Amino acid sequence: MHEMSLAMHIVDLAASRAREEGAGRVSAIELEVGAMAGVMVEALEFCFEAAARNTVVEGAVLVSRLVEGLGTCLDCAASHPMRGVHETCPSCGGSLIHAEGGLELRLRSITIDE
Amino acid sequence: MCDTCGCDGTDGIRVARVGGHAGRHAHHDDHDHGHSHGDEDARPGRTILVEQDILAKNRDQADANRTFFHHQGVLALNLLSSPGSGKTTLLEHTIRRLKGELALAVIEGDQQTLRDAERISATGVDVVQVNTGAGCHLDAAMIHRALHQMELPQGGVLFIENVGNLVCPAMFDLGEAHKVVIISVTEGEDKPLKYPYMFREADICVITKTDLLPHLDFDLTACRRFALEVNPRLTLFEVSAKSGAGLDPWCDWVRQAGRGHEQR
Repeated sequence: MHEMSLAMHIVDLAASRAREEGAGRVSAIELEVGAMAGVMVEALEFCFEAAARNTVVEGAVLVSRLVEGLGTCLDCAASHPMRGVHETCPSCGGSLIHAEGGLELRLRSITIDE
Repeated sequence: MCDTCGCDGTDGIRVARVGGHAGRHAHHDDHDHGHSHGDEDARPGRTILVEQDILAKNRDQADANRTFFHHQGVLALNLLSSPGSGKTTLLEHTIRRLKGELALAVIEGDQQTLRDAERISATGVDVVQVNTGAGCHLDAAMIHRALHQMELPQGGVLFIENVGNLVCPAMFDLGEAHKVVIISVTEGEDKPLKYPYMFREADICVITKTDLLPHLDFDLTACRRFALEVNPRLTLFEVSAKSGAGLDPWCDWVRQAGRGHEQR
C-alpha cells in the first residue's frame, strides 16, 4: 500500500503550492499516472481522501490522466505499446526494451478557489 | 517540515537505537504540522500548472542522504526482499565476517518490534530500528531521522534492511549506492518475473538458503535466467548463511564496493 504515502506526497505538494498562491481551498488536482508507474489508481483515490482530511486539499477532486506505456526495442529499434515493465519485443522477441513513456507519476495542476 | 531533523511529520513512525553505549530510547514523531491557510489574492477556480514529480520530495531527501554518505565515505546498501527471505540472517553472517576490517552499521526497517535490531546488536555493531507502523516501506526521510540517532560508519558500510515487501520499497530511493534484492530458494524461481519492478531497480541479487536446494524443486538456473531477463545488469550471488557456501564472494563484493566508495 505505498499509495498511502504517495497520497500524502500529493497532498503536501498541492497544499504547499496552494499556500504559495494564497489559496484557501483546492478544488481539483490533476495527476499524470503512467501505465507502468506501479500505482493502483483506485487505491490512490481511496488513500487520497484520508490523506487530504483536515488540509486545504480536503474535498478536492482527484483526476488521474493515464499515460500509455511506450517502449523501444534496443535490438531492432521497433516502438511498441507496453503494459508492464518486463515485456519482450513483439517484432524481434528481444528483452532489452527502453521504456519511453508510462513511468510518469506527476502532479500536473491544481485548481484553487476562494 | 521539522527544522530539527528534516522529517516530514509522518505520524506513527518510530525510530529507536538498540544496544550500544546510548542505551535504548525511542523517538515518536507526532509533531502537529499545521497548515496556514492564507486567503489573500486568490481568484476563484484558477488552475495552476505544477508539473512536479510526486516523489520529488523523497528524491530530494534521498539526494541529500546520498551526498552525506559520499562526504562520510560511507557505502549505503538497501536490502530488499519478501518477508522471510533471510535478510537479517545474511546480515548477521556478513557482519561477523567483515566487522574486524570495515566500520559497519545497520538501519533495520520493520512495521513493528525491535527484534531484528536486537539480533544485529548482538553482533556488536551500531543499529537503529525504524518501525514504520502501518507503512510498507522505508523512505528517505526515515533514513535521515535514523542517521540522527547513530554513529555513521565513516569509510565503511551502512546496511539498510528495508521492510519485507517486494513491491512498495522499489519506488522509494533512500540515497543508497546499491539496491540489493534478496530471494530465497524456498520462494518460487519465477519471483523476478512476478515482481519485475524490484528486480529492475536493483543492481545486485542474492539468492539465499541454497543449502535447502536438495530438498526443493526450486530451479536455480531458471531463477538466474528470469532475473537477468528482467534486468541484464544484475550481478548475482548464491549463498547459504547456514553452511557458509557462497558467503566469500558476497563478502568480497561488499568489501570491494566499500573500499571503492571510500577512495572516491
